[in-house]
Amino acid sequence: MSLDTVKNAEQTPDAAQPWAELGLKQDEYARIREILGRRPTGAELAMYSVMWSEHCSYKSSKVHLKQFGEKKPETDAMLVGIGENAGVVDVGQGYAVTFKVESHNHPSYIEPYQGAATGIGGIVRDILAMGARPVAVMDPLRFGAADHPDTRRVLPGIVAGIGGYGNCLGLPNIGGEVVFDSCYQGNPLVNALCVGVMKHEDIHLAQASGAGNKVILYGARTGGDGIGGVSVLASETFDDSKPAKRPAVQVGDPFQEKLLIECTLEIFGEKLVKGIQDLGGAGLSCATSELASAGSGGMRIDLDTVHLRDHTLSPEEILMSESQERMCAIVEPDKVARFLEICEKWDVIANVIGEVTDGERLEIYWHGELVVDVPPRTVAHEGPTYQRPFARPSWQDALQADAPTAERLARPTTGEGLKADLLKVASHPNQASKSWITDQYDRYVLGNTVLSHGEDSGMIRIDDETNLGVSVATDGNGRFTKLDPYTGAQLALAEAYRNVAAGGAKPLAVSDCLNFGSPEDPDVMWQFAEATRGLADACLTLGTPVTGGNVSLYNQTGEVAIHPTPVVAVLGVIDDVTRRTPVAFAEEGQLLYLLGDTADELGGSAWSQAVHEHLGGLPPKVDLERERLLGEILISGSRDGMIDAAHDLSDGGLGQALVESCLKGGRGARIVVPEGLDPFVFLFSESAGRAVVAVPRSEELRFNDMCTARGLPATRIGVVDGDTLDVQGQFTVSLAELKDAHTGVIEALLG
Amino acid sequence: MTTRVGVVTFPGSLDDRDARRAVRLAGAEPVALWHRDKDLHQVDAVVLPGGFSYGDYLRCGAISRFSPVMETVIEQARAGMPVLGICNGFQVLCESHLLPGALTRNDSLHFICRDQKLRIENNGTAWTRDYAAGQEIVVPLKNGEGRFVADERVLDELEAEGRVVARYLDVNPNGSYRDIAGITNAAGNVVGLMPHPEHAVEPLTGPTTEGLGFFTSVLKQLVNA
Amino acid sequence: MARVVVDVMLKPEILDPQGQAVQRALPRLGFTGIADVRQGKRFELELEGPVDDAALARIREAAETFLANTVIEDFTVRVEEEGK
Repeated sequence: MSLDTVKNAEQTPDAAQPWAELGLKQDEYARIREILGRRPTGAELAMYSVMWSEHCSYKSSKVHLKQFGEKKPETDAMLVGIGENAGVVDVGQGYAVTFKVESHNHPSYIEPYQGAATGIGGIVRDILAMGARPVAVMDPLRFGAADHPDTRRVLPGIVAGIGGYGNCLGLPNIGGEVVFDSCYQGNPLVNALCVGVMKHEDIHLAQASGAGNKVILYGARTGGDGIGGVSVLASETFDDSKPAKRPAVQVGDPFQEKLLIECTLEIFGEKLVKGIQDLGGAGLSCATSELASAGSGGMRIDLDTVHLRDHTLSPEEILMSESQERMCAIVEPDKVARFLEICEKWDVIANVIGEVTDGERLEIYWHGELVVDVPPRTVAHEGPTYQRPFARPSWQDALQADAPTAERLARPTTGEGLKADLLKVASHPNQASKSWITDQYDRYVLGNTVLSHGEDSGMIRIDDETNLGVSVATDGNGRFTKLDPYTGAQLALAEAYRNVAAGGAKPLAVSDCLNFGSPEDPDVMWQFAEATRGLADACLTLGTPVTGGNVSLYNQTGEVAIHPTPVVAVLGVIDDVTRRTPVAFAEEGQLLYLLGDTADELGGSAWSQAVHEHLGGLPPKVDLERERLLGEILISGSRDGMIDAAHDLSDGGLGQALVESCLKGGRGARIVVPEGLDPFVFLFSESAGRAVVAVPRSEELRFNDMCTARGLPATRIGVVDGDTLDVQGQFTVSLAELKDAHTGVIEALLG
Repeated sequence: MTTRVGVVTFPGSLDDRDARRAVRLAGAEPVALWHRDKDLHQVDAVVLPGGFSYGDYLRCGAISRFSPVMETVIEQARAGMPVLGICNGFQVLCESHLLPGALTRNDSLHFICRDQKLRIENNGTAWTRDYAAGQEIVVPLKNGEGRFVADERVLDELEAEGRVVARYLDVNPNGSYRDIAGITNAAGNVVGLMPHPEHAVEPLTGPTTEGLGFFTSVLKQLVNA
Repeated sequence: MARVVVDVMLKPEILDPQGQAVQRALPRLGFTGIADVRQGKRFELELEGPVDDAALARIREAAETFLANTVIEDFTVRVEEEGK
């Protein structure tokens, strides 16, 4: 067996290398040779290939993502911005909150349970690496058709994986989404979000500074997980004495991760760490090059000191391994002993694997031989940038022209017809109760969950004494985005923003997970360009900066891409969580108000899908100033006790919101269709910038005055009453019948 | 002197902070106990909290049962110290043979988290004396392996001796034999409970505050003892 | 009735958290000298008919598609001898 050392690379400049098999382009390989002034060693080639991959380098997307920085709104809230593991936001009282949403789509399709589980593990370590205690998770999910046999394979595994890992970590799962659409059949979207809390002074960054400081790798031992691609290299340089095939699937160990969390927080508590990075995609390659790149000076690593689970691993494989539940810390020499002691206390394996040097190179040794000698920035930050061509798809006009007018799609004209469609929408898997799924997640652990599943946003208390809290909502509508990517992305933000405000919290910041098809398809690239432009513009207007997130491309089967699906998470702060507003209509006699304007907007609506399986026309219009005003009213109303329940209007419109709020509170409602509004449009339109609120009678005057003074249309549409949903002059439906339609749907299909 | 209630943290314990909060809200002093430490630090009672100690690997509670702290807990429990095992803690108590039976995978094969109605069947234990006999309460339940099983003879004995502490009402969420949610030892000082009373102690975060009674009960028991 | 046993184990290169947790606990309980532990599943299938090649082929298929997740697990199929 031969080792490809730097010396060897210098002496054999013409040795053939499998750069193409590793996914590099000819010009990229040439660029690596130019950077190094020689051919790369096998280990170097492995590092560059993985760090310059789409997944790690964002080479197709970064020209568009730049806008999130360029159009960043002025805000004092942002403590750490894009570029770190996750953004950090000031929420007051000395607290900082970090949050991020990320994708684990492809692994979850191959092995649903482990893919989804390790997705949680990865995002939790990102949050931990910022210095924060992870306090909640959420999972926005997209599946193929609910009645498709493969959904039956994929969904239960993914849900069990999320529960199996998240529950075992002791993190409450407080929300998310479950959406079914046949466009996701071969490409389910498994996004995962984590929220973490710390004090300002506890913020940590991923940087290696101070020559002589030690590099400590701790957590699980390193095995051959997730290095399928790099096996090409290994097979050339090593003999046959190892397992034939390296696993592409990583297996998560939530128990190990729980220990890693507690151990790391204790280490932070004693201020033993100068810089820290979690090990995720590209493992040690990524962690060492990013730490060194962001710091001052270089780094020297001895791979022989890495604790291995599989002793046959080659240096290339050790560098690439994506074994889970590992972290890498930079520690001053006099603090190493205490660091290791805390690891021992938590049964966490830890090893000094190298040190920060005063040079400028990342040098990695194996058996005493130099196998990597690179400028770290060229690996971590100076990857290629593509200007991918994009163009408005030829089919876009026809799609938009196919509007769901009354002529095109039959609309109900009788009370019985309206009732039938209301039940169809409420029982469609997209609108039906997801409790069969969400009841597999622990929402109670840590004892701070104030709002969770079935509410507009998930809310947690972060201080027992002051009742300070934060809330998060994630939203994304692939149907809207397909019809108009610019508007669709803005609608995703608007909805998440509205959901946070509906709970009573003030929206502060955004994290996004951009799920798209292949960037090599100009149609998809146009969708991506439009969606990022729309989102960046909207963030600027709403004053909510993007703090981080992730891009997932190549979500397509053959030539067919998924609907463009930007998932937007909005984080909000609430000074007093006891003032939170739930969605449930809980008080008999309270008055129901519809806030905002309702227009005939059914393009991409839940009704057009549930009743007609139709997608065409334009999505609802976006008015961001209106969203902001609505948000302010919802927050003031909550704080001042004028609103006891609020539900944002989105999928399924007012009809669906009434169904959910009535069922959640176990109370009916008497509704009057406002004059001049078509009952069908009133119930099913998905015009943005709207919410329904329940106002105590004693507060009606004050509430009306506030809306009038601020210029927000507020229409009294009824009252909480009885045990039926009674749309007067149209139809009456009992809560029992609604419940029957709305619940049991998912378990009947997938249980 | 305030009553001191210890809450053990095993590797993988999750509801230990919640249990300490419940102890504090009940008016006692919570004391964090560490699995490697045999010393119980003069506590008057012990809570074994929920979670996935040792990842629930091998069998739930099977590895924790052999931790140093359990040696003392087992010894003290036999001597009459009040011990409450919640969820994973219940599993540890069964593995320790302080309580009979075992907890196995839910009959649905899924983890389940729900607000669960219970009936307090025995209000004579150290942990239930603040409840009325037959009182119905709602507290969160969350488990993947919460199905209480035992052979017929043991079940009959538990019933005959009034050692079923709480029973599931309306829905049996995990297939437990005879709807059993919690049991006690013959002396009434050791109680194992699958649902989570520590998550029902504040109106803001719990479905009710009806779980607090377990923690106030032990306080009364100790003060009166 | 004939019994066929299907043993399912995680592939050697796949992390086995359960086995690792058990291995770490063993020395604490005084069981030393055990270098590694891996935990698997055993299925006992009682056949209605004879154990012939066709039956075994069907069981292999069942193991391949259902009992084992061949993305991460290997399996073996063997016939349990009478009287054992």
